[in-house]
Amino acid sequence: MSEAIHADHQIEHHDEHGPAKGLSRWLFTTNHKDIGTLYLWFSFTMFLVGGVMALIIRTELFQPGLQFLAPEFFNQMTTNHGLVMVFGAIMPAFVGLANWLIPMQIGAPDMALPRMNNLSFWILPFAFSMMISTLFMEGGGPNFGWTFYAPLSTTYAPPSVTFFIFAVHMMGASSIMGSINIIATILNMRTPGMTLMKMPMFVWTWLITAYLLIAVMPVLAGAVTMMLFDIHFGTSFFNAAGGGDPVLFQHIFWFFGHPEVYIMILPAFGIISHIIPAFARKTLFGYDSMVYALASIAFLSFIVWAHHMFTVGMPLAGQLFFMYTTMLISVPTGVKVFNWVATMWRGSMTFETPMLFAIAFVVLFTVGGFSGLMLAITPVDYQYHDTYFVVAHFHYVLVPGALFSIIAAVYYWFPKFTGRMYNEGLGKLHFWLSFIGVNITFFPQHFSGLAGMPRRIPDYALQFADFNMVSSIGAFIFGFSQVLFLYVLIHGIRSGQPAAARAWSGARGLEWTLPSPVPYHSFTEAPALTEEEAHS
Amino acid sequence: MKQPPRQPEIRRTVKQLSLIVVGMCFFVAALVPLYDVFCEVTGLNGKTAGPYTYDPAVTTPDTSRLVKVNFITNTNAGMPWEFWPEKGAVRVHPGQLKEVTFYVKNNTDRVMMGQAVPSLVPAAAVAYFHKTECFCFNQQVLQPGQELAMPMRFIIGRELPRNVQSINLSYALFDVTNAMGDVAASGG
Amino acid sequence: MAENCGMDGMKQKIGFTVALLGLLAAGLVSADELNMPRGVTDISQQVYSLHMIIFWVCVVIGTAVFGVMFYSIIRHRRSAGYEAAQFHESTTIELLWTVVPTLILIAMAVPATQVLIAMYDTGGEDMTIEVRGYQWKWQYKYLDDDYNNTFSFFSSLSTPQDQIHNKSVKGEHYLLEVDNRLRIPMNRKVRFLVTAEDVIHSWWVPDFGIKRDAVPGMLNELWTIVDEPGIYRGQCAELCGKDHGFMPVVVEVMEESAFDAWYAEAVVNEAKRRENLSKTFTHEELMASGEQIYGTFCVSCHQANGKGLPPVFPSLVGSPLILGPVDEHIKLVINGVSGTAMQAFGKQLDAAQLGAVVHYERHSWGNNAQDLTQPRDVLALSGQ
Repeated sequence: MSEAIHADHQIEHHDEHGPAKGLSRWLFTTNHKDIGTLYLWFSFTMFLVGGVMALIIRTELFQPGLQFLAPEFFNQMTTNHGLVMVFGAIMPAFVGLANWLIPMQIGAPDMALPRMNNLSFWILPFAFSMMISTLFMEGGGPNFGWTFYAPLSTTYAPPSVTFFIFAVHMMGASSIMGSINIIATILNMRTPGMTLMKMPMFVWTWLITAYLLIAVMPVLAGAVTMMLFDIHFGTSFFNAAGGGDPVLFQHIFWFFGHPEVYIMILPAFGIISHIIPAFARKTLFGYDSMVYALASIAFLSFIVWAHHMFTVGMPLAGQLFFMYTTMLISVPTGVKVFNWVATMWRGSMTFETPMLFAIAFVVLFTVGGFSGLMLAITPVDYQYHDTYFVVAHFHYVLVPGALFSIIAAVYYWFPKFTGRMYNEGLGKLHFWLSFIGVNITFFPQHFSGLAGMPRRIPDYALQFADFNMVSSIGAFIFGFSQVLFLYVLIHGIRSGQPAAARAWSGARGLEWTLPSPVPYHSFTEAPALTEEEAHS
Repeated sequence: MKQPPRQPEIRRTVKQLSLIVVGMCFFVAALVPLYDVFCEVTGLNGKTAGPYTYDPAVTTPDTSRLVKVNFITNTNAGMPWEFWPEKGAVRVHPGQLKEVTFYVKNNTDRVMMGQAVPSLVPAAAVAYFHKTECFCFNQQVLQPGQELAMPMRFIIGRELPRNVQSINLSYALFDVTNAMGDVAASGG
Repeated sequence: MAENCGMDGMKQKIGFTVALLGLLAAGLVSADELNMPRGVTDISQQVYSLHMIIFWVCVVIGTAVFGVMFYSIIRHRRSAGYEAAQFHESTTIELLWTVVPTLILIAMAVPATQVLIAMYDTGGEDMTIEVRGYQWKWQYKYLDDDYNNTFSFFSSLSTPQDQIHNKSVKGEHYLLEVDNRLRIPMNRKVRFLVTAEDVIHSWWVPDFGIKRDAVPGMLNELWTIVDEPGIYRGQCAELCGKDHGFMPVVVEVMEESAFDAWYAEAVVNEAKRRENLSKTFTHEELMASGEQIYGTFCVSCHQANGKGLPPVFPSLVGSPLILGPVDEHIKLVINGVSGTAMQAFGKQLDAAQLGAVVHYERHSWGNNAQDLTQPRDVLALSGQ
């Protein structure tokens, strides 16, 4: 009895001390909020780095002719832009939000494995420093596209490819460890009364995303390991001379690659499923269907991969199978879009910045979904494949898709994380500039693709000139608006108005029962799950 | 209510998830032979099978149709030999054993070893194209200046789908001289 | 009252705007300049129709969904005093919007399947051409039952570097023009066997509606029947290294009789070319053809005066390699120098051409190597 009191007393003392001071706080933290913050700032930095690469690309593509870059360097820019954005910006941002939100949303004090959590983060700056430093090595950095097909990435790769492979292994290890942590947390640490079908949607999306990650990251590791062996140890996995097959690389890569793109969008779906109900002041429509749709999407994501390879020379039966499964995956995705619209329908909506980004997500992600459906139709895909039509498609689902959901999440949970409100007027300005910029950048790319412009070329025929010029202008508008975002964040953190616990009147969930900002340690006592905060 | 200790459940979950990770590592390793099997069954990448034993008692030519077989030869990645087929194409009945000849010539001044890699389209025909003898089964060693005539015997199965009227068989010849030491050591 | 104030007018305006934007987008895409080409083959036109059908289905669904959404944004807002309803599920409607899209997809899959099956209809071809991707050009080989009639040539970008580096005005077919076009006859089934020498490339002619990856060590089949003569342009469609954007595909579709005449002449020229390989040429003959080959393949880097642009493009004047043993000189031209711009010309030039250009270099600009380089000397060091 006295021991129990003594133990409680010690915990109270610990709370009063708060976090450590200085650099060692950040290097050694096992606190999910600190680690979430580290992931988010890391991903923003990577986003700016990848964004600069994009602007370099769009500067060269502003007009026909080679003005600024040698083709070899252009290929390095397109490759690294993709790698940095996928592995350095989007994925870590979602992991950062997961770290911040999952424990609070399920009423847990922290993640299941706090020290492994720290390791998962700190691997990333090391991995990305190595990967970006390859740009300065002899022979240059990776120049074979973010999809690094063999033999361009094996026999014909620059010497730095070994560092690229090492960096990919490290990023994969980070993701796998992070996902194990997330699943262990969600399955074992929910507050009493929170059954699976009462979990917040963001938690559901991360539960499923984490399973996808542990299933497919080892496959990516396998692919790059086989590359390593072909390059250095004389094997012939992907080398026809030795009896291997370059197409095998594509199958292995896309078996990882397709679930990867769902890994990059499922958490976005979760975020939108929080924001729209909050600002429509109405419960999410069709919670159960939303969960089943997520599970269907995750399952289907394993059997569609070869739609990235329709031109590689598969037999007819294979082409038809992948066409049908790919078309099918639009059904559960559509269900989700309809459910969001039904949530808005007859709600009582206000349009603060998070809601603006969320609505833009629903519209523009759906536009990306439509171009995806067009790409699924195999005989027509022969005309779209490896053109700017594909570039337009994936940028629509990733930029006004995944990225807008991350931005919406940052605005939405900003008062909870920081205890302050950002400037709403500037937030709206950031939204409109981003919305206009993103559409000016990527909508014309549908047309340059249809007109016949291939991907990954530094120079192009004259009929593509107008589309490219418009797209480049949009890219600069969009790019510079993100500098405004940085200002809004820093200004808000330093001098925003103090925020209430329930900063948005329509917000629901256990995190909104905590003070704003949340204390360094929260839910040391398991909270009671009321109907008010539960999702059922 | 204080948060209950959950270490045992967490540990169990972590063990199960680690098993999944390990399992997926085995899966990706297994993909390599699985892919070969899949290709054999579907003819996906045009790789024709190994030596075929032909029983003349059982197989008779299907004289109701002729199938055209085109032969394409290429040397890859700087292989300096000459490589050409005696005939650009032949017409055969399914079930008929046919012999054709390919020539290789080593014009250089050193001993070299080559490996021919076949590729056949359409995929639907791969399973029915049987080679009883092919230079592609072995590596070829040529002395400086040596020219060699290499026979290839094949028979197309009678079950070849009727809508396949022509078949294209290509050989890509690669320089594998570096592997010559291994061949000598293993006796041939 | 306040709720309705101006709201009906707003509703109509918004609805009108949405519909207008939808039509505008649809109209833009229908405008030929902004849309996929209809092309000149039956397949390309079927593909175009399929593309338009799917596009219109997406436009209709999008207009409906976004229309509902924008209506809701206008109407169901707190600032207009609207109170939130409480419903949040309906099994009926969930089933409806799962089943109906599935039915729409099945309807779309039927024509898609039909067109795909038509594209896979191999067989019955009139001629076969091997298309081989190299870094960074295409090689076309016309196959014939009689191997002696088989001939091939390379097709490389012919846009001058000056235009690419913005020193002169870009021509109409900038980046889509080649030195030797692929020629095929109209109204005959041409089969393409697509493969590659080094890395994965992809051969694409939008007007024919066909694209297939060129994978090293593997053959892929493609076929077309073109209805209209003309010149059609496409590009490589798979990242293949530094000059991926600079290896266009240009096909000239000829009337049958014109094609047959060209083909017959090409076969004759091929026979002559093969004869040359065993000939012995005089110094004058070698200089004449060597100068011509130098002017096409070597001058852009090594310059007309042989001085090059050191250090990137070495000078050939008084070069130790050129004045040294001829075998080393020949080998360098055949194999190139990896890691530099010096390509391996052994694949692009035959033994007679290589012999001539090597000879020309050894006897120009004050170089006087005092030897003759015959085709057989080159053959001894290469296979072609």
